[in-house]
Amino acid sequence: MIKKDSISKTEILSTSCKSEKININSTLIRTFLLDIAYVTLFLTKVLKTMFSSNFEFKEFLRQCYKIGYKSLPLLSVTGLILGLVLTIQSRPILIDFGAVSLLPSMVATSVIREMGPMITALICAGKIGSGMGAELGSMKVSEQIDAMEVSSTNPINFLVVTRVVAATLMIPLLVFYADAFSMLGSWLGSNIKGDISFVLFSSQAFSHITFLDFLPAIIKSFFFGSVIGLVGCYKGYNAGRGTASVGVAANSAVVVSSLLVIIVDLIAVQITDLIVL
Amino acid sequence: MNLKLKNIKSETLSSSNVHEIILEVNHLKKSFRDQEVLKDISFKLFEGENLVILGKSGSGKSVLVKCIVGLLKSDSGAISIFGKKSSSLNAKEFNELRQKIGFLFQSGALYDSMTVKENLEFPLRRMIKKLTENEISDKVNEVLENVGLKDALYKMPAQLSGGMQKRISLARTIAVDPIIMLYDEPTTGLDPITSDEISTLINEIQKKYKTSSIIITHDIKCALKTANRIIMLKDGEVYYEANVADFVHSDDSFIKSFFN
Repeated sequence: MIKKDSISKTEILSTSCKSEKININSTLIRTFLLDIAYVTLFLTKVLKTMFSSNFEFKEFLRQCYKIGYKSLPLLSVTGLILGLVLTIQSRPILIDFGAVSLLPSMVATSVIREMGPMITALICAGKIGSGMGAELGSMKVSEQIDAMEVSSTNPINFLVVTRVVAATLMIPLLVFYADAFSMLGSWLGSNIKGDISFVLFSSQAFSHITFLDFLPAIIKSFFFGSVIGLVGCYKGYNAGRGTASVGVAANSAVVVSSLLVIIVDLIAVQITDLIVL
Repeated sequence: MNLKLKNIKSETLSSSNVHEIILEVNHLKKSFRDQEVLKDISFKLFEGENLVILGKSGSGKSVLVKCIVGLLKSDSGAISIFGKKSSSLNAKEFNELRQKIGFLFQSGALYDSMTVKENLEFPLRRMIKKLTENEISDKVNEVLENVGLKDALYKMPAQLSGGMQKRISLARTIAVDPIIMLYDEPTTGLDPITSDEISTLINEIQKKYKTSSIIITHDIKCALKTANRIIMLKDGEVYYEANVADFVHSDDSFIKSFFN
């Protein structure tokens, strides 16, 4: 009798655990599907507004300045260190293989094809994505977006479209800028234990670089920019009420946009691989 | 349950020279998921009057004005502004109508990234597109002078106190010469002296710009100072509607609780 009771209790417990698990899973799936629906609606709204409303050129220029110009110091340092580190790390291995003369072109290829766009995009996801999430989130919380709507201004057009377009156009330029600083860093790195002029370094670096190395990197940089802009704006624009939601919006903007940048990169690499083959 | 819904139009007419219905809300309902916030709200705003909508926090006051100005969509019911049903208007027509409605937000809602000048210019540039730079500049100076903050032109909102932010926000609202003013909790978060100044300013604006106003508040002092007529909301319903004198002398315990 006691044994029977204990068995039935265990069964009940396991059944309730299972039902809880199912509930949690169904809630997660529901939230995920709702998120996708909201993102799709937001994206549709942004695209519709982009092609139907007057473009806010002044606000777009302000965003270009904020996204582009204000990111230059950070990307200068990051790019320089990236090139420096890549060179310092690769040099001993290439010496072992007797291929130290290939160091500039190896660094250039890896920076232009992958490291430059990726590092720039991830840094921008952190700096620009979180900035957009926090700014729009606080505007939402403090009713500034509502105030804009009351002033007969479409907030999607004024706030979102300008930021997304600015991010889409600025990120590729920032990638170029970071690439240049990486090459400068690489040259400095080469000169720590060696002696190579900048002209020779440059000619060696770009001797193996073709247009096909640049093109996929530029194309995917546009996508990185639009992903960062869209995610940052979506998270901020749909922030909840209260100041805590501003932090949540900024944080999730960084997390989601960084993740999406990596996914986009994976897809871009696969497509490039297919096309080149 | 409606405790007292008497026809007070005639009384109000004699007290404040009102003429015609400028805004009418009929059987308005609004729910957020399972929560019914507005349950069949109906009232009228007459030309030239200050109508105070009083109620506890969560009684649906802010939702009501946001429905009027189109920031929220009602589930059912009708809102008529200047005789036009807002639901029957397209986006362009509604934006034209919005130009005649000023909305003072609870938080002030000044744009953080803009100076006071840019904040005041924003609705002027967006809503009245024919204005020249000189006209915009004159209007900005005029409204700033009206709220007593002429020196704040190049300050950022973060450099202003709460009361000053409310005044600037009020200046931004009246800059486009609205006919209807909607005040959402104009004195919330302000000290009693500043609250009194804002209430005085509301009355001055009504006199100077001949506006008709709906003032949403739970501040009884502000309500008594500004109102021609008071509507009390309770649990999303119109609980009481009267002129100020009747409201003050009401025996109802819920209304009396506001005076304590």
